[in-house]
Amino acid sequence: MRGTRPEASEQRRRVWSYLVLVGLAVFFLFPLVFMFVSSLKPDSQILSDISGWRAFLPVGDVNLDNYGAVFDRVPVGRFLLNSLLVTVAIVGLGLVVNSMAGFALSRLRWRGRGLVLGVVIATLIVPFETIAVPLVYWVAHLPTLLFQDGALVYDIGWLNSYQVQIIPFVANAFSVFLFSQYFSTIPTSLDEAARIDGAGWFTIYRRIVVPLSGPAFATVAILTFLPAWNQYLWPTMVVQDETLRPVMVGMQYFFQDNPAWGEIMAYTSMITLPVLVVFLAFQRAFVSSVAASGVKG
Amino acid sequence: MTATFRLDSPADPATPEPARTPTAPAADGKRRRAKNAARRGEARAGLAMASPAIVLLLTFLIVPVLLGFALSFTNARLISPEPLRFVGFDNFVRAFTIDPTFFRSALNTFAFAAVVVPVQAGFGLFLALMVNQKIRGVTAFRVIFFIPVVTSIVVVSILWKFMYQPDGLVNSFINSITFGAWQGTAWLDNPSTALFAIIVLSVWQAVGFHMLIWLSGLQTIPEELYEAARIDGAGTWRQFRDVTWPCLRPTRIFVLITITIAALGLFVQIDVMTQGGPIDSTSTLVYHAVLTGYRQQQIGYGSALSLVFFVIVLVIALIQRHLTRDKD
Repeated sequence: MRGTRPEASEQRRRVWSYLVLVGLAVFFLFPLVFMFVSSLKPDSQILSDISGWRAFLPVGDVNLDNYGAVFDRVPVGRFLLNSLLVTVAIVGLGLVVNSMAGFALSRLRWRGRGLVLGVVIATLIVPFETIAVPLVYWVAHLPTLLFQDGALVYDIGWLNSYQVQIIPFVANAFSVFLFSQYFSTIPTSLDEAARIDGAGWFTIYRRIVVPLSGPAFATVAILTFLPAWNQYLWPTMVVQDETLRPVMVGMQYFFQDNPAWGEIMAYTSMITLPVLVVFLAFQRAFVSSVAASGVKG
Repeated sequence: MTATFRLDSPADPATPEPARTPTAPAADGKRRRAKNAARRGEARAGLAMASPAIVLLLTFLIVPVLLGFALSFTNARLISPEPLRFVGFDNFVRAFTIDPTFFRSALNTFAFAAVVVPVQAGFGLFLALMVNQKIRGVTAFRVIFFIPVVTSIVVVSILWKFMYQPDGLVNSFINSITFGAWQGTAWLDNPSTALFAIIVLSVWQAVGFHMLIWLSGLQTIPEELYEAARIDGAGTWRQFRDVTWPCLRPTRIFVLITITIAALGLFVQIDVMTQGGPIDSTSTLVYHAVLTGYRQQQIGYGSALSLVFFVIVLVIALIQRHLTRDKD
């Protein structure tokens, strides 16, 4: 008899928790459900469904026409390929460059190390928005080498290229910091043993430290993948050439004249779906990456 | 400017050899030479492995910061027949005295932050507490609340722009829950509601991120503290006030600062949804800096506005350092 009352109140609390959680889940999901569902409907039906539940249900004249229309209107395939290339390059090169720097800063003694580490930590607070304008000016004046008619030509300006979308984002102070934090938790006795066996530092990095640091690499990959795929401000400034545009900038096509909302929803669905799939497949790693980014308060 | 930096930069492999010790006596000279060689090897390897990152950070982070500072005092334009000229504080004087959009943008930016920071932090904490309960299926809710975070803010802005239309989803919802008593408005075309409408979607998009930060803070609190509190007869509210809240202090500072800096950098939502309008009611510091600095090609003036923004962020970061230092 004594146990029933607290148990009943516990039960009631649980029911309330679920009610609140489900209500919140609806709040967080409804815009995206609306987007995916609308992408399957003709414009006229999107507008007539809007006043009721039908807005969230794939009912009525449901088809993939909007997707076909998007492919006719803009080079989506090209945009997706551009974004994929830029994202893979930033993440891939970033893992190599930043992990090597993290290794050098956490496990090797060299002059200037303290200065470099100090500067890297200090730059963590520089928001990209503050350097965007001078950076455009800067990259517009950087020299670049081109192959033209079999000869190497020298040119000025990085605008309208893949490199301008990739190179400035490869090195990342936060990634260097995360790597060096993680690497410093691996016992240095491993390095010493390997040194005695005649291994060079690069070998130690590649054969000992990297294989032991899976979680650090996953964290950095996830934290750099999202902003790279979602880049918007920078490419709107430096990429005018249609063939080099990433997906987020490709959106501008749709607002030139009367917006066709069905096609817009199809386009946004197409560029959202890959990220959602990656997220759902790796959600455990995502969650721990974000947690890791906030650990150092 | 770049030259002075290159001097310190260890990017040049010739300069920073470690100081050589005077030649050792013959007896243990061999061993010492080997040791010195090893140390030199270590220094060389360290420098070689760090240099790609150092060169890139110098070129695309440090130089732009210094360049931005320098350009703020010039009349630089992206493409200009005019030679670069030093104009002193003209750009800043222009911003603070004769540019009404700058003043309005600063005001909007602070208004946005003043609402978003407490609302998003509080809502995030509430979500974290909800998904920190030991009940079934709680991971699924964590994932759901995080989904808007992985959705691009560009996509989110377009989606909500569509929902905010006069005959859009939001108004039809308001219409049906008030049984037609209130028709809603053209949210983004109305100067008095546009910023508020942007606040709602911004919180919706980013709150899941901060939920996870709060959650990782909550999970560092030892369970024994709660047990002790319960034995002392503390109810849910007392447990929160006397155990959870004080233990979350470091997380709290981190969350508040990251939200503040992110909120002050508001740009994409404005660019996609309103372009600063109607009548400057949604223009922000960053939007105004990009608009003048890049779209109108006045790099010098845009750099000056970016510098103002940077100084604000710097002050906030210093406050954070001060607050976290107090603790230790």
